[in-house]
Amino acid sequence: MTSPTDERPTDERSAGRPVPARRADDRPVLAARDVTVHFPTKGGAVHALDGVSLALHRGRTHAVVGESGSGKSTLARTLALVQQPTAGTVELHGAPVEAARRRRQRREFAATVQLVLQDPFSSLNPLHPVRYLLSRPLLLHRPKMPAEQLETEMLQLLERVALVPARRFLDARPHELSGGQRQRVAIARALAVRPDVILGDELISMLDVSLRLEVLNLLATLRDEEGLAMLYITHDIATARYFADEITVLYAGEVVETGSGEDVTQTPAHPYTRLLVESSPDPSPESLAAGPGGDGERPRADAVAAEPPDLISPPSGCRFHPRCPLARPRCAEASPPSVEVDDGHRARCWALTDDEQYQRGSAA
Amino acid sequence: MSPTTAPAAAGTATTEAPVLLDVRGLRVDYGQPGDPLLAVRDVDLQIRRGEVLGIAGESGSGKTTLITALLRLQRPPARTTAGTALLHPRPGQDGPPVDLLTASRRELRALRWERLSVVFQSAMNALNPVHRLESQFIDTLAAHRRMSRTDARAHAHHLLELVGIPASRARSYPHELSGGMRQRATIALALACEPDLVVMDEPTTAVDVVMQRQILAQVQRLQAEFGFAIVFITHDFSLLLEIADRLAIMYGGRIVETGTPAELAGDPRHHYTAGLRDSFPPLRGPLVPLRGIPGSPPDLRTAGIGCSFADRCAGAQEDCRSTVPPLFVEGSRAHACLHPVGTPAPSSPGGRP
Repeated sequence: MTSPTDERPTDERSAGRPVPARRADDRPVLAARDVTVHFPTKGGAVHALDGVSLALHRGRTHAVVGESGSGKSTLARTLALVQQPTAGTVELHGAPVEAARRRRQRREFAATVQLVLQDPFSSLNPLHPVRYLLSRPLLLHRPKMPAEQLETEMLQLLERVALVPARRFLDARPHELSGGQRQRVAIARALAVRPDVILGDELISMLDVSLRLEVLNLLATLRDEEGLAMLYITHDIATARYFADEITVLYAGEVVETGSGEDVTQTPAHPYTRLLVESSPDPSPESLAAGPGGDGERPRADAVAAEPPDLISPPSGCRFHPRCPLARPRCAEASPPSVEVDDGHRARCWALTDDEQYQRGSAA
Repeated sequence: MSPTTAPAAAGTATTEAPVLLDVRGLRVDYGQPGDPLLAVRDVDLQIRRGEVLGIAGESGSGKTTLITALLRLQRPPARTTAGTALLHPRPGQDGPPVDLLTASRRELRALRWERLSVVFQSAMNALNPVHRLESQFIDTLAAHRRMSRTDARAHAHHLLELVGIPASRARSYPHELSGGMRQRATIALALACEPDLVVMDEPTTAVDVVMQRQILAQVQRLQAEFGFAIVFITHDFSLLLEIADRLAIMYGGRIVETGTPAELAGDPRHHYTAGLRDSFPPLRGPLVPLRGIPGSPPDLRTAGIGCSFADRCAGAQEDCRSTVPPLFVEGSRAHACLHPVGTPAPSSPGGRP
């Protein structure tokens, strides 16, 4: 299978932020190649991920969007080497990394790749002040650090995540902080090891809505100024468009579409991506003009069965076919190939191909 | 995907419809005697027959406290210390309005399910896990409608089919259903006795957007058919803009702004409303940098004097820290801001890009 996220030229974005120039020789910092993860259960293996490839580049954000159970978190955990893939490899700077079982290898990997979790209320130990939470990774990775330097580095970390005055936050305990502040402590802790990659798993979804953009903007600044590569796992395609350079859409453990944030959200090629975009609340003036009573303007979302697929025995062929308005017999027979619909914009759907069997078949 | 204008759904009459529930001066206190901690402060709210009223607010804004007080589902230490909530009789039925806040248990039992029902965020907790789905409907119908079990079962199947759950699933246990199905089942249950008012507290927060859209479409269809009013509570301002006839924005236990979605999205008067609107990136149209709202949500223990949003507000002035803004009514809308968005301010520009 071809990787849908191989090298491609810089795409222009209309976003109101500077886009870091991408060099032609820009190798991915971290990449998943044909990663498959199956979880054995009594009823059979759960197909969490099947043949997923994705690349993270320096100074860029790659968003992974999908519904619960689509494999988003499994992908983040696999890239963090927390989850061992059933098949496929994770590559760091182009070289495959084996599941680093030895402590020293693990630590080297963790010094490059850091995972930030969804819930800052449970990811920070409530018994310890911020000082302790930040000193742990610093001392673990640079054990000979003198006390004054440790103090300086911790203050700098807090300043980098805009927790100022830093000295006041150093002795605070998690319960004294708001959700947004806690998540920034979690990000500061991840930055402590000077990583190249931040993997964020739904890292704003537990925060109050008014605090979410601040955290996203902070991450965008770190990405742009320090060249961090970021994975942004989310179920919210609107924030993915806002924050990410590229978006990959997962459905039932498979990549269905990948491309620039604008291409995927403005001209979605796969029927599932279209369903996702049409189902998402959109407070734009155009949709407001339509007034309340969305069922008239959104026929597809209601017409299509919304039940997620069974991942123990996933649907044959294209896994979206039981819910797809474009489904034809061909779709149940074989998995569709990845088609380039535009420069760097790929989707896996028989309707995008000139496959004769699909074209001959009548709509299901 | 094309943003073509669809005609607004029927049943969106708001201002003309008679008032169903009239809330005045509601105050809920979580504190000890002598040490108040007001989670809901002096809330006035009117809900008209057949309208969708959206209440938007973040955690701690008081939105759930408000409705648990109205529905008399609150638990200590919460206490309702002031206010009235008059539920008016159905058109054509005589009798004085009932004050929900002082109604006896007997009166409440007659009102619940029949006139008021509620859908909570967690359908798994709302449904009894050891009873089959249909038996939970039959219990409700038997208690309130004096139906025979056979009739009640048939009606239960009908209700489930209204929300797209086939009758063959009626004998399932809750854990055998998907999250979306469970939530649709609790909505069907809330409609079992054709109430006038259905309160929905974050009903779609735990489901995916595609399922959310499907549930909302069903709710809107059922509402057009049965004409019940909905109080829809969520932190998702962008969702409310699409489904509500009228919105109330809560912050720090108060309603800080009310109006139609077009008014609040197009021309918000309160700075918090403007900030909330700018916390949701658009899915279409040009992308501009958004700031969210700086600072942290208010601490109810220390709140009291002045506007509780003043510390985070770009338009705050001296008097904002000393005066609690009253609700200024402007025609069909109202706001509680001394220096609303768009008015000239000496220290800071009011408008936002």
